[in-house]
Amino acid sequence: MRRLQIPFVRLPGIWFGHHLQGALSSLGRLRGTPLPTLMTVLVIGIALALPGALYVLTRNLERLGEGWEQTAAISLFLKAEVSATKAEALARRLAGRQDLESVTLISPDQALDELRAETGFAEAVEQLETNPLPYVLALRPAQSLGDAASLEGLREVLTALPETDLVRMDTLWVRRFQGVVLLGERAAQVLASILALGVLLVIGNTIRLEIENRRQEIVIMETVGATHAFIRRPFIWLGVWYGLLGGLIAWSLVSLARFFMQGPVSRLAALYQADFLLVGLGPLALAVLLGGSLVLGLAGSWIAVSRHLAAIEPG
Amino acid sequence: MIRFDQVSKRYAESGEVLCNLSLEIAAGEMVFLTGHSGAGKSTLLKLIGCLERPSRGQLMVDGRNVGRLPRRKIPFHRRQVGMIFQDHRLLTDRSVFDNVALPLVVAGLGHQEIARRVRAALNQVGLLKKEKSHPLALSGGEQQRVGIARAIVARPPLLLADEPTGNLDPELSREIMALFARFNKVGVTLLIASHNLDLIASLPYRTLTLDKGRLVADSHAYKNPEANPG
Repeated sequence: MRRLQIPFVRLPGIWFGHHLQGALSSLGRLRGTPLPTLMTVLVIGIALALPGALYVLTRNLERLGEGWEQTAAISLFLKAEVSATKAEALARRLAGRQDLESVTLISPDQALDELRAETGFAEAVEQLETNPLPYVLALRPAQSLGDAASLEGLREVLTALPETDLVRMDTLWVRRFQGVVLLGERAAQVLASILALGVLLVIGNTIRLEIENRRQEIVIMETVGATHAFIRRPFIWLGVWYGLLGGLIAWSLVSLARFFMQGPVSRLAALYQADFLLVGLGPLALAVLLGGSLVLGLAGSWIAVSRHLAAIEPG
Repeated sequence: MIRFDQVSKRYAESGEVLCNLSLEIAAGEMVFLTGHSGAGKSTLLKLIGCLERPSRGQLMVDGRNVGRLPRRKIPFHRRQVGMIFQDHRLLTDRSVFDNVALPLVVAGLGHQEIARRVRAALNQVGLLKKEKSHPLALSGGEQQRVGIARAIVARPPLLLADEPTGNLDPELSREIMALFARFNKVGVTLLIASHNLDLIASLPYRTLTLDKGRLVADSHAYKNPEANPG
């Protein structure tokens, strides 16, 4: 009788073929049990969608904050009687201060032009006979001036200047806002870590049950000479599919949420005469989401397989 | 082909199942293994197929030291040993064809080669027309023949059968034995565990008798029929 021998050169093809076979048969197995598969994939998807949504939220808040940061500064309104020369002298004096990054002098004419450019104000400006606007100094505090107390100190100094009419300070609340965004980002990371652990357990447990269900089949395969790698393969692929499908569900959920939020956000933005388009996950975050879910699926099934498959021996 | 050298097998639960067993089976022999249930027949077969490892002693199968075989080499040893079970051990959710193909799929053969060999094996056991059936739709005798086809499909030089006729009537049992005799004629070594003493006595093959894990009789009937005490 001729023995079963496989030429060595065919081995890589066999390896690839086995993987393709494992991948397809696992997918076929999932399609064979659509409802349980959907449940598992939905659980994974929802778990991954939560940190994804939080990430998208902070990303949009960040964008909102960026717009404000440009204007986030101290506006120093000078008294109406302060002349151009005096205003320029004060600007030069303030520019020498360590705690100020930049000082920009805005003349009444410039300010009026800006106001005219702003939507809805053009008509009102035309009604004016004389320019009622004073000289304004736009100040940007140094980055080192981070805490509220030193900003408050700066405000007191500026208020005490004889030329000062009013000091308006946007910096503090913008910084607070940025702090909130940072908190949101961190929360997304923490939530992602916890839920990733959950997803790992869900996939691991699903694979463990699958191994239990197919115990008989595994024993028979081992008896006829299947290697551990051969038996492991379809289960590993099962985990990969669960992860990947869960990731896709998460992405759909986040996209769906964004779609539903865009309407109200646009309406709200319109009330502020602005235009704000919500951004989604973006290609990088999507890659991280899908890659992460794939790795979670792989890791979950790997843990389940190495723990439970080794325990099954023919006999 | 098979050589037991003072082999013992001890289980934590049931104690020593095989003790100090020494025996030799040459390539091309067809040998019956008999004895009461619990005498250690199944354990002996499992040791040869490397489903279990000996606790003591040396067991050589086809030149391989089975007791010392590294784990990663065990599957390749099992591919050289066809095993047939009383309960058939078929996958009930797959067709007859897929069941028989399993050893070849596991070994990574191509589709065409698999189809060719599976049909050849099914033809040998007379089930060529049933390749699309599911095992549960077959009779007990047919299911056993599917199990036999699966055992021979990879053309192993050694076949082990554990009570292959245990659930079959005498007529079907005889057919199965005739099938085994045909394999033996083309050079396959067979070791068949059975407690069907009438059937064994009616056939001219060497018979080993186990009792409480010890070899108590070896007829050597095949080699020199005069020495047969029966």
